[in-house]
Amino acid sequence: MKYWLPIVAALLLCAGAVRALDANGQLEDPRLEARYEEITKQLRCLVCQNESIADSNVQLAGDLRRQVREMLLAGRTDAAIFDFMTARYGEFVRFNTPVEPKTLWIWGSPFVLLLIGVLVVVRVMRARSRMPLDDDPQPASAETPPGSAPGSH
Amino acid sequence: MWKFLVPIVAFVGLVVLFALGLNPNRDIRALPSPLIGKPAPAFNLTDVLDPSRVVSSASLEGQVYVFNAWGTWCVACREEQEALLQIAKQRVVPIIGLDFMDDRSKAQRWLQQLGNPYSAVAFDPEERTAIDWGIYGAPETFLVDTKGRIIYKFISPMTLEVWKKEFLPRIEAARRGGA
Repeated sequence: MKYWLPIVAALLLCAGAVRALDANGQLEDPRLEARYEEITKQLRCLVCQNESIADSNVQLAGDLRRQVREMLLAGRTDAAIFDFMTARYGEFVRFNTPVEPKTLWIWGSPFVLLLIGVLVVVRVMRARSRMPLDDDPQPASAETPPGSAPGSH
Repeated sequence: MWKFLVPIVAFVGLVVLFALGLNPNRDIRALPSPLIGKPAPAFNLTDVLDPSRVVSSASLEGQVYVFNAWGTWCVACREEQEALLQIAKQRVVPIIGLDFMDDRSKAQRWLQQLGNPYSAVAFDPEERTAIDWGIYGAPETFLVDTKGRIIYKFISPMTLEVWKKEFLPRIEAARRGGA
């Protein structure tokens, strides 16, 4: 059986091809190609909504990849390409939410939650430190752990 | 005191969140368009029925019009066709079609078989106009005012109810404001 080798080789080649492919192949300039990969990864495919346009095989994603490619070849900056997309499709098209005054609450809310958590912990610890320790030598006062020493009342 | 308020406030907050999030009338795939209130993107395409005729935004300047994106691949567009035909009969505003991601002959057959509610249909095989208008599916229906601004966008099959409730009042207002 000699033909299993090319089959395995073909399968191995396919393993890398998870991304959506375009007929016009890679950009010649490797730097442009790197930017192309990065930008298309950060743009949401609005048809599938949880896929990037780099991964999606939907036609709209292909059209938007063509758009990114053309703009890169025309010498446009990354910012100009993202602006082009958000002007048409809204902020939702970007997977990375930019830090702006109106998005501060998104970026800030984890820290606010963290602060609330820290305050709660500090409060609880302060309250605990005022209570007698469990292993204090004097007998526990009113509190008897449930289940222990039945009938001790 | 605040110990009692916190759970109540949290509960009310969750109720509001769920009421907004679980509303069955809300289309979770419908995204607000950043183009509302902005000038409608210019287009200059051929007519789907007659490649020698041009359909352009320039030729529509100064009038209120409906811009309806569709394609023969779109099942929901078939669904709204009847409503569009009835709306066209009312002759309130011209309905301009945008046929995208499509095949010209298929689109022509579609219009022959289902009827043609459009004043003109722009043929956009490369989806450049569709991208400019931020269209990501079909059907999507826009309303453009006399100053050439997009004043409304509706994502879903058009119905006579939506037409009466959402489009007609806006057309009235646009005409009053633009005249």
